[in-house]
Amino acid sequence: MSGAPLKIQLVGLYTIVRKETSRVARIWVQTIVPPAITMSLYFVIFGNLIGRRIGDMGGFDYMQFMAPGLIMMSVITSSYGNVVSSFFGAKFQGYLQEMLVSPLSGWVIILGHVMGGVVRGLAVGAIVTVVALFFTDIDVKHPFIAFAVLILTAMVFSMAGMINAIFARKFDDIAIIPAFILAPLTYLGGVFYTTSLLPDFWAGLSKVNPILYMVNGFRYGIIGVSDISIGSAFAVILVFLALFAVTCYYLIHKGIGLRD
Amino acid sequence: MCRMKALAINSLTKTYPNGIRALRGIDLEVEEGDFFALLGPNGAGKTTTIGIITSLVNKTDGDVRVFGHSLDNDVYAAKACIGVVPQEINMNLYESCYDIVMNQAGYYGIPRSQAAVHTEAMLRQLQLWDRRDDQARGLSGGMKRRLMIARALVHSPKLLILDEPTAGVDIEIRRSMWEFLKEINEQGTTIILTTHYLEEAETLCRNIAIIDDGKIVENDRMSAILRKLHQEVFVLDLVNPLDAAPVLPDFKVRSVNASELEVEVGRGQSLNDLFSLLNERSIAVSSMRNKTNRLEELFIRLTQRKEAATDGRVG
Repeated sequence: MSGAPLKIQLVGLYTIVRKETSRVARIWVQTIVPPAITMSLYFVIFGNLIGRRIGDMGGFDYMQFMAPGLIMMSVITSSYGNVVSSFFGAKFQGYLQEMLVSPLSGWVIILGHVMGGVVRGLAVGAIVTVVALFFTDIDVKHPFIAFAVLILTAMVFSMAGMINAIFARKFDDIAIIPAFILAPLTYLGGVFYTTSLLPDFWAGLSKVNPILYMVNGFRYGIIGVSDISIGSAFAVILVFLALFAVTCYYLIHKGIGLRD
Repeated sequence: MCRMKALAINSLTKTYPNGIRALRGIDLEVEEGDFFALLGPNGAGKTTTIGIITSLVNKTDGDVRVFGHSLDNDVYAAKACIGVVPQEINMNLYESCYDIVMNQAGYYGIPRSQAAVHTEAMLRQLQLWDRRDDQARGLSGGMKRRLMIARALVHSPKLLILDEPTAGVDIEIRRSMWEFLKEINEQGTTIILTTHYLEEAETLCRNIAIIDDGKIVENDRMSAILRKLHQEVFVLDLVNPLDAAPVLPDFKVRSVNASELEVEVGRGQSLNDLFSLLNERSIAVSSMRNKTNRLEELFIRLTQRKEAATDGRVG
């Protein structure tokens, strides 16, 4: 199959990213503020009030231990939420057709929306980091690793949001996955605790949760400790990235959930 | 001169997952520069055909080429040739008119500086420039339709497909849209139009296909198709009222009311003969008109004939 000229794809990509980031900025009260408020409450309640009674976790002050987890949690939910709502909104109102009838390749449509999700994830992550600095010191041990894990995780969940949006037929369908799958996996993904506290069975079971690898990979980048080896964390993230990318492309290319 | 086919469809079929056979082997050709009408009753397969041409519906079988580019192996080039105005309003109603058109230009690879020039030109031509910063949800129905036309034309497509573009638009705006469409057709854009306003098709289009139950039942020049109409019904307004319809040899005459007559005129009959007969009876006519649009007459006959045949089979 002949491809569309690269120039069309690049201009198209820029257009989608610009549109998506404008959307994040235009509705900042919905996209940026709520996670900042939620995370502030986590820091106040779990970190400051309860955390003082917990003491150390993994050799660190509980607030320091929890901060990377909360930043990652906000990045995951924001990047997922951005793409699932934007893409489903476009599908539901019909204006996704603007892209589907154009000569944009499926990869460009995916990448444009993923970049929008990453932008929102990073923006929220940055705000939560600023909030965290009011409660604790953050001394980044491995900035490159922290940044790489953050970006790759935001990409993974942006694609997951797109897959959810493609299959969704009504607004309930884009609320079910975050409520019943994403939230439990995130809360059980080592945001608030180290798996060394868990009985062996539950610690072993936690290892099938991909979010555990992402949270611990980021925590390693920030404070230098992790329940998981950093190599395993990157391997899991990259496997999910490839899996979701191929799935997104297949769905868009075949038009599953989008055409007919 | 041998002109390129703007659209060539061969043996196109579409069966939806629920088993409905929307298209049963369509063959259709549209010449470059044509203004082509694709007509049919609701559910006949028009929108499915357009959906397949614009890649919004997966075909089951057959071949579609747009300016020689196959949808199977050169889909990006085919898509770049097409601008589409769908039947349903399908834009982000919370975006400004300007952004909607600008974004569409971007999806077709037009850089922003160039897109800004195209967008302004389109919005001005469709009388939306003053509303450029307004969100689309604030526009009237007619304005939304015009915005969709501006969006479809911003990348200067060679083939413009309009799926009932004037539905719900008042007559004044509809006529101004006709003028605009004629103008861009004269400038070289091939146009395919579906509409329920048959007067619109008769006024604008040079060639026509009528689709019914997933099959093309007529495909010819508009003038040739209209010649196939064996009979027309005229309404005559009388100067002096009559108590009853006059009896005219070879003509079927009905009285609508005291001042109006309906006369069926067959293809071989002459209006001169009709007026001679009326003159002989001292019946003065102040004006006359077709009872229905001629294309509408033919359309109804073609689609009703099929229904009658179906009824016959079932019964």
